[in-house]
Amino acid sequence: MREVRLMKGNEAIAEAAIRCGVDGYFGYPITPQSEVMETLMDLKPWETTGMEVLQAESEVASINMLYGGAGCGKKVMTSSSSPGISLMQEGLSYLAGAELPCVVVNVVRGGPGLGTIQPSQSDYFQSVRGGGHGDYNTIVLAPSSVQEMSDFVELAFDLAFKYRNPAIILSDGMIGQMMEKVEMKPFKKRWTNEEIEKYCPWATTGKKKDRERNIITSVELDSQVFESFNHKLVAKYRKMEEEEVRFESFQCEDADYIIVAYGSSARICQKSIDILRSKGIKAGLLRPITLFPFPKAELNSIADRVKGMLSVEMSTGQMVEDVRLAVEGKVKVEHFGRVGGMVHSPEEVVEALEQKIIGG
Amino acid sequence: MSEEIIIAGFGGQGVLSMGKILAYSGVMQDMEVSWMPSYGPEMRGGTANVSVILSDNRISSPILKEFDTAIILNQQSMDKFEDAIKPGGLLLYDGNGITRHPERTDIRVYRVDAAAEASKMESSKTFNMIVLGGYLKVKPLVSMENVMTGLKKSLPERHHKLLPLNEKAIIRGTEIVQKIQEV
Repeated sequence: MREVRLMKGNEAIAEAAIRCGVDGYFGYPITPQSEVMETLMDLKPWETTGMEVLQAESEVASINMLYGGAGCGKKVMTSSSSPGISLMQEGLSYLAGAELPCVVVNVVRGGPGLGTIQPSQSDYFQSVRGGGHGDYNTIVLAPSSVQEMSDFVELAFDLAFKYRNPAIILSDGMIGQMMEKVEMKPFKKRWTNEEIEKYCPWATTGKKKDRERNIITSVELDSQVFESFNHKLVAKYRKMEEEEVRFESFQCEDADYIIVAYGSSARICQKSIDILRSKGIKAGLLRPITLFPFPKAELNSIADRVKGMLSVEMSTGQMVEDVRLAVEGKVKVEHFGRVGGMVHSPEEVVEALEQKIIGG
Repeated sequence: MSEEIIIAGFGGQGVLSMGKILAYSGVMQDMEVSWMPSYGPEMRGGTANVSVILSDNRISSPILKEFDTAIILNQQSMDKFEDAIKPGGLLLYDGNGITRHPERTDIRVYRVDAAAEASKMESSKTFNMIVLGGYLKVKPLVSMENVMTGLKKSLPERHHKLLPLNEKAIIRGTEIVQKIQEV
């Protein structure tokens, strides 16, 4: 039977984690994502599925608990908001370097610094360009509804384990705090120790007589060896770019102008498209669902048949750089977005497209 | 059908929970819904507001500049949201504490004196349900049966003994809402 509930985005993350068989959640409270751990504590999954939920002493501790859990082949996750995610970057780099799967949810608020608790999309670069030190990428999923907050938890784990790589769910205060209908997924059992050994032959589950020791580390002092390891990682990211790009297009087929927007901003822009269409302007919306890998090829092919593109994001202009790289100068690409916790209205987006692209 | 509503007042008046009950009633009626609060330092005494959208179709932007209905429960919200109502839209307000009454002539205006009425009931916390009743009388978008199911789903089980009192308050709201102006 369909189970439909009215939930906040943050609550949906927590409920989905329990249902898809997560082994452990380690986190530290911060607005606007505190309901994730609050909901988990309320639902007490350790009494039902056996999932551990722990409030760590800091975000630094949380991400290192993920390193430990993931090293044992466990499905582990954390969530935080921008300043907390900054604290986790060292750990994320180590997780990527040790090729460990995990899921990190960022319910973004405005920065830099402690900034504001209101929604923002200003952590785009941090998410899609690695974030910590070294040459690495994380898989980045951008939900634009509460339903996707729920659905993307399992998807993020699937991708993280498929590629042995951290996956980030890049949300923001708007999707985290708003309530919408969610169709709940059925409960899945957590992996047994036997299943972990089968699916994660690399995990530190105790040395068996018939195999070598598994060592989880990101250090390699022989540069020749480490160079080939770097190339191995890059090959993995290129494979993601070939196989995992996800996007949604909305009225792009006959469009003269394209708005590119993700997450909450994409929701606002859908209404802008409706307004533009009612004025006789053929506009369409391309919504990247994966920010890394980015839908470069799709944008490049759309660029052959449109007059201009506007990247709309709650930042001073980050994704716009990826859009420009993708279209290779074929069309004009401009940026628009409110910042500092302010959220643009559908009407402001319409005005920006008219001024910067159509009239400009 | 699509109804875009802003509910605004003081923190502690039950603005957010009233919006949640309305949204849950929409879910029960198989509508698409969204509930977007002003979150942050708004606790008791500060201002609080929530946008609720009920629609037969997929909802695009949960952030709105103009509304079909504004439910206004203090003066600050009157000042902020009277101009955000679409022409022909509805303004429903509680007169308690209002020093400047609505001035626009191109909108429907209704008044529900819920604060005064709530003080006569067993609990003054019924305030927001009286307002909800007033709204549902003017715009009966969801059936009373679905509102009661929505209420039940929104309230934690330990508060379910309060369901009859809340129902009484909703009905009281439908009785005391008064028309000030139609267009």
